[in-house]
Amino acid sequence: MTLVLVETDATGATETSLETLTFARGVAARSDSAALEAIMVGPLSPDVSDHVLDQMREQGVAVVHHAEGGQLSAYAAAAWAAAVVETATSSSTRVVMAAGTPRGSEVMAHVATRLQVPMAANVVAADETQPLVVSRQVMGGSVLEEMRLDGDLAVLTVAGHSTSARPAEEPTEPKLVTFEPALTDADLVARVVSIEESEKADTAGLTNARVVVGGGRGAGSAEGFADLLELADLLGGALGVSRVVTSLGWRPHHEQVGQTGSRIAPDLYVACGISGAIQHWAGCQSAKTILAINTDPDAPMVTKAHYAVIGDLHEIVPAINEELRRRQAHPA
Amino acid sequence: MTNVLVCIKRVPETSGQILLAADAMSVDARHVGYTVSAHEECAVEAAIQIASATGGEATVLSLGSGDSVEQIRDAVAVGCTSAILVEADGERFGPGDVASAIAEVVTTHEAADSAFDLILVGNDAADTGDFQVGVRLAYALGRPVLTGISTVEVVDGAAVARGDGPDGTEVFRLPLPAVIAIQEGGITPRYPSIPGRMKAKRTAVETVAASVQPAGSGRVGLKLPPTPPSAVEILGEGAAAAPAVVDLLVTLGVVSS
Ligand SMILES: Cc1cc2nc3c(=O)[nH]c(=O)nc-3n(C[C@H](O)[C@H](O)[C@H](O)COP(=O)(O)OP(=O)(O)OC[C@H]3O[C@@H](n4cnc5c(N)ncnc54)[C@H](O)[C@@H]3O)c2cc1C
Ligand SMILES: Nc1ncnc2c1ncn2[C@@H]1O[C@H](COP(=O)(O)O)[C@@H](O)[C@H]1O
Repeated sequence: MTLVLVETDATGATETSLETLTFARGVAARSDSAALEAIMVGPLSPDVSDHVLDQMREQGVAVVHHAEGGQLSAYAAAAWAAAVVETATSSSTRVVMAAGTPRGSEVMAHVATRLQVPMAANVVAADETQPLVVSRQVMGGSVLEEMRLDGDLAVLTVAGHSTSARPAEEPTEPKLVTFEPALTDADLVARVVSIEESEKADTAGLTNARVVVGGGRGAGSAEGFADLLELADLLGGALGVSRVVTSLGWRPHHEQVGQTGSRIAPDLYVACGISGAIQHWAGCQSAKTILAINTDPDAPMVTKAHYAVIGDLHEIVPAINEELRRRQAHPA
Repeated sequence: MTNVLVCIKRVPETSGQILLAADAMSVDARHVGYTVSAHEECAVEAAIQIASATGGEATVLSLGSGDSVEQIRDAVAVGCTSAILVEADGERFGPGDVASAIAEVVTTHEAADSAFDLILVGNDAADTGDFQVGVRLAYALGRPVLTGISTVEVVDGAAVARGDGPDGTEVFRLPLPAVIAIQEGGITPRYPSIPGRMKAKRTAVETVAASVQPAGSGRVGLKLPPTPPSAVEILGEGAAAAPAVVDLLVTLGVVSS
C-alpha cells in the first residue's frame, strides 16, 4: 500500500495534505498494490474528524489510521514517526509520504531514518515503480533531480503546490482504525512544552491567499510598503516580500516568499520591485498569474511574468489604488 | 559551559542563470561563487552566541573537498573558535553518508574528551535540500533532535528552542547533548570584522578524512526545468498604466467590475 501522513488544522485535512493524497493516488495506481491509506496523529475534535473522513472518502482512501492517546497530545516528531512506522510495517507498504511542510519533512526524516531507507524531499513526479525513481526540486526549485530510491520501501515528501488536489474518480468508504502506538520515553523528549501566540500565525494567510502583493528592494524603505499594504487590502490579499526586505528589517521574516520563506500559489501575484532571483522564484512560481511592476524591463521577474508595468512602483501602485477606489465608488 | 558544533556545507551561489555540468550530475559552478545556506548562517550565529554566553567553544565543521575551507574560514571570521574539515568527495555522499561521517568525528572527539553538547545544522542544504542530515545524525548519536527551529538558548543546562508551528510559536526544552536544525527567521547573522578576518586566516583547521564508505545519494541526473520563452504582456509604463491594470484585475476576477 501507499501510506500518506495527513496533517490537519481547525477545519480538517490541510490543502497540502490533500495535494499529497492526490499525488499518492497516482503513484498507488501505477504500483501493483493500488491501496491508498492515510494516517493522522494526535487528538482531533469530533467535527474535524468527521470532516477529515469525508475528505478521505473523496480522495479515495481505503483505510484511515488514527494514532491517539494521551502521550500524543503535544507534537513530538519522533512519536509521530513511531506511529507512522508502526502502521507502515504492519502491512506491506511500498511508499510512505507526506507534504513537504515543516512537519511533514520532519516526520518523514525520522521515518526514513528509523526504517533505514533513503528519503526524497520535495518530489514533483514519480515514474518507475520498482525501484521508485522520482523527480524532485533541488537548488531551491531551479533544478530538478532524478533520484532513485533503492530499498523495498520509499519515503518521500511532496513539494507544496506542485500538484493540485483533485477528488478520486471513485470515492471510497474509508475504514477508520484507531490505535495507540507503542512509544518509548526517548520518543517524547523532543516535544512541544508550550505554544506562544505569535504574529506568525498569519503565514497561513500568506500561503493560502488568493492574491499576494509582493514587495522587494524596490520598495526602498519600511515606509515604502504603505502603498503595497493598501493594494493588498483593496484586493483582499496578503503581503509577501523578498529576502532583501526581511534582511534589511523592513518587514518581518514570516512574510518572506521563497526558498527559505513561504511557498505561495495565489491566483494573482503582483510582484513590485522584486528582481525575481531563483530563490524568490522558487516560492512564487506556482502563482497562476504574475503581474510584475519594475523599473527594469529585463528583470527576470518581468520576463517570466504574464503581465508587467514598467516604471517606478511608487508612482504606479498609488495610481492603481486610486483607480480601484474610484471604480469602487462609481461601479461601471 | 556549552561546546557547540555547527555544520555547514559549501554550495554554489546561484542567484542567476544556472548551468549544468556536461554529465548533468552536478551544477557547473565555475563562473559563480560559493556560499552556505541562509539557515546555516543563522546556525553559525546561534553557535557563537551560545558558546560565548556559556564560556564554551563554537566549532565549525564542513564535509567536502579542501575548498570548503573558504566557508569554514568565513565562519571563524564571525566568531567560531575552532574548525574541522572532513575531507571527502561530497558529490558521492548522500545525506545518510554525511550524517555517518559527522557522527564519527563527534564520537572521536568525545573519546578525546572534547565532547559537543549541542550540534547545530541548517534545516536544509541550499543545493540538495534533503531536509534530513540533522535527524540522521541525531539517531546515529542517540540524541534528541528538533528541526525548523528559529531561536535557541541554553538555560540551566537544557536547550530551549522555539520554532513556528501551525498554532503559534512552539517551545521545546531538550536535555543536552542534542541536535538542532536551524531555520532562518529568528536570528540575525553578524558580519565579519577586520580582526575577525585576520584571525580566520591564522586559525588552524583540523583535517580528517571521512572513513565512511558512501552509499550515495541516489542521484540519476539533473535537469533544468524548461524555461518557456517570455510571453510577458506589457500593460504600459508608469502611472498611466493603472486603468489597464485594474481592467486586468477585473478580467482575472480578482475585483468585481
Ligand atoms: C541560500 C539562499 C536562499 C535565499 N532565499 C530567498 C528567499 O527565500 N526569498 C527571497 O526573496 N530571496 C532569497 N534569497 C535571495 C535572492 O537571491 C535575492 O537576493 C533576493 O530575492 C533579491 O531581492 P529583491 O528582488 O527584493 O532585490 P533585488 O534583486 O535588488 O531587486 C530589486 C528590483 O527592484 C527593481 N526596482 C528598484 N527600484 C524600483 C522602483 N522604484 N520601482 C519598481 N522597481 C524597482 C529593480 O529593477 C530590481 O529588479 C536567497 C539567497 C540564497 C543564497
Ligand atoms: N557536506 C556537509 N558538511 C557539513 N554539513 C552538512 C553537509 N551536508 C549537510 N550538512 C548540514 O546538514 C543540513 C541539512 O542538510 P540536508 O539534509 O542535506 O538538506 C545542512 O544545512 C548542513 O548544516
